[in-house]
Amino acid sequence: MDRRDFLKLSGAVGATLMGAEAKAAQSDPDAPEFLGVLVDTTRCIGCRSCEVACGTENSMLVPDVANDGALDNLRTTDEKQWTVVNKFDTSKGDVFVKRQCMHCWQPACTAACLTNAMAKTELGPVTWDGDKCMGCRFCMLSCPFDVPKFEYDSWNPKIQKCSLCHQRTSVGGTPACVEACPTDAIMFGNKRDLMEIARTRIYNHPDDYVHKIYGEYEAGGTGWLYLSAVPFEEIGFRTDLGTTPYPEFTKDFLYSVPLVLLGAPALLAGLSQMSGSSDEDDESEVHGE
Amino acid sequence: MNNSDTSPMNKTGNKLPGLFSFLLSQLKPRGSMFTVFNMISIPVMLAGVVILYIRFTQGLGATTNLSQANPWGIWIGFDVVTGVAFAGGAYIVTFAVYIMKMDKFHPIVRATVLNGFLAYMFYAGALVFDLGRPWNVINPIIGNSFGYNSVLFLVAWHFMLYMLAELIEFSPAIMEWLGWKRARRIAKGLTLAAVIFGVSLSTLHQSGLGALFLMAKPKIHPLWYSEFLPVLFLVSSVFSGISMVILESSISHKVFKMQLGPDSHRKLDEIIIGLARGAALALFVYYFFKALIFVHDGQWALINDGWGLWYLLEIIGFVLVPMVLYAYGARHRAVGIIKIAAGMSLVGILLNRLNISVIAFNWNVADVYVPHWAEIVVTLTVVFAEIWLFRFIVHRMPVLREPGKIGSPNRERELRSLN
Repeated sequence: MDRRDFLKLSGAVGATLMGAEAKAAQSDPDAPEFLGVLVDTTRCIGCRSCEVACGTENSMLVPDVANDGALDNLRTTDEKQWTVVNKFDTSKGDVFVKRQCMHCWQPACTAACLTNAMAKTELGPVTWDGDKCMGCRFCMLSCPFDVPKFEYDSWNPKIQKCSLCHQRTSVGGTPACVEACPTDAIMFGNKRDLMEIARTRIYNHPDDYVHKIYGEYEAGGTGWLYLSAVPFEEIGFRTDLGTTPYPEFTKDFLYSVPLVLLGAPALLAGLSQMSGSSDEDDESEVHGE
Repeated sequence: MNNSDTSPMNKTGNKLPGLFSFLLSQLKPRGSMFTVFNMISIPVMLAGVVILYIRFTQGLGATTNLSQANPWGIWIGFDVVTGVAFAGGAYIVTFAVYIMKMDKFHPIVRATVLNGFLAYMFYAGALVFDLGRPWNVINPIIGNSFGYNSVLFLVAWHFMLYMLAELIEFSPAIMEWLGWKRARRIAKGLTLAAVIFGVSLSTLHQSGLGALFLMAKPKIHPLWYSEFLPVLFLVSSVFSGISMVILESSISHKVFKMQLGPDSHRKLDEIIIGLARGAALALFVYYFFKALIFVHDGQWALINDGWGLWYLLEIIGFVLVPMVLYAYGARHRAVGIIKIAAGMSLVGILLNRLNISVIAFNWNVADVYVPHWAEIVVTLTVVFAEIWLFRFIVHRMPVLREPGKIGSPNRERELRSLN
């Protein structure tokens, strides 16, 4: 790399960082950085210990890893399992990818929820409260990652999704899946630290990774971050979700509501005065004439 | 047929027992029970009740084809999203009659408001069947957890408030039926305020239904997704509501013709021609918006496959063609053609709402949703139940006919309320 290229690169990096800084500065600078997990798919060996740990910790299905042959099929999380590991046959061999709720910075599901049953806690986990939820499934419709799942076969159905082991992380603990991982493929921390680690790995091993951290900006940024050796499309990620936080899509509409509720009645009352005859109540006394 | 005689509410006597026996007498069926409509609707509604029992005891999976990828089916896509667009006539007609003082439309205002109210009650009410945890439906109402930032929160509240506004708009007919003079005066006095409130709420929840799908951006086919969905839903609710009013009033005038005066047919034709002008204009605005979005988003490349043809069918076949038919019918006073245009516009609305909520939703996913037959039976149950209640009320209250008219079943009470 000659000096000229170096200057160009540093300029670009600087601009990017400044952009990120400016964005961060718009929100509350004192807000604590939210929790997340970094998944390094190059380290994952597909042992599915995380699935077992998750099922045990959260009283969900505990898969029979040795015998169920689940890696042969592409799976999604469902109402029985909050996390699943899939195997992808890629240009760089088999890659294993753990999927679960991404714990967005600005989640679509919480913006969709009309009872605040789905809520982003201050620390970062997005959690569900059965005492509030009315089961409308608008969160499922809205989630760009298709994460919330519904118990269709129950008269008393719950919405099922990863809570980032809220019961553990809220008291300073580590999510069960992270604790169970034998290869440090998943790492728990706050997003700022995890981003630093992820960037460092890409910087130190530029040939081992695609130079993108999935979740840095996707759908406005997510708590879970992914590193990969192959383009993310190849391992089942949607890369067309955009970088706009999803609640932004409805913000304009919601802002217009109070304006319309104040403006429209005034307009309508004025119109009715302008068009009205003075004896309106007698005139409409008998409808039809 | 002369129930009014059986329950005179005498001025000196005990009021409540009189009212009670009057209400009891009103429950008696009018006319033959063995009509074609009854023979079809009764078995369907009985089946619907059984299905709903299964749904509430075994879960949504037992009677629907909903899945993790397709969380909303026709109970939302048709009953709520399409049904509310069809019910848009009430806010258009009350706007015309009470705000713009277009007296021409006065004869249809009560039936339209009643229809609007019942449509909201049943179609929005059918939402409860779709809720997984319906006992918590009270939460966003009583305020222990207000999700202000949710479009659905807004839509839910607007449904409830709008139903209240429509009930107030319709209440003079109820008071006339009961023979309550003072209450009728009060109800009349509230009408304009209720209309102003109701029209404002309508603009917001009609567009709000479109806004529900704004966050489903990655899931809806780009030909149907637009950031302007709220505007499109609002504009299309105008011609959708008008078209429904045209069809509904044509049918009502046939079914209930004994309630109507000799020149009501000619008057209705005038009304329909007037409505057709409005519908043609609204369709033109809608088509123009659609074309603008199509060109602005550069969607030419998207119309080369099956989805593109499906889109063109909706836009040309059921927006552009009915627009031309409406304009032609209004200009040449061809009421038959206007009714065809009305039917086609409603098909267009049905296609559009189902495309956004069901058909072109998850177009890129292998898991395709096709409604379970039980979902269709429940939907028909809701529609039939609404028609039953509508018929029940029209037979008893002054909705289509004038209050106090000779031959009306409760003439005495109605006259008492008027003087």
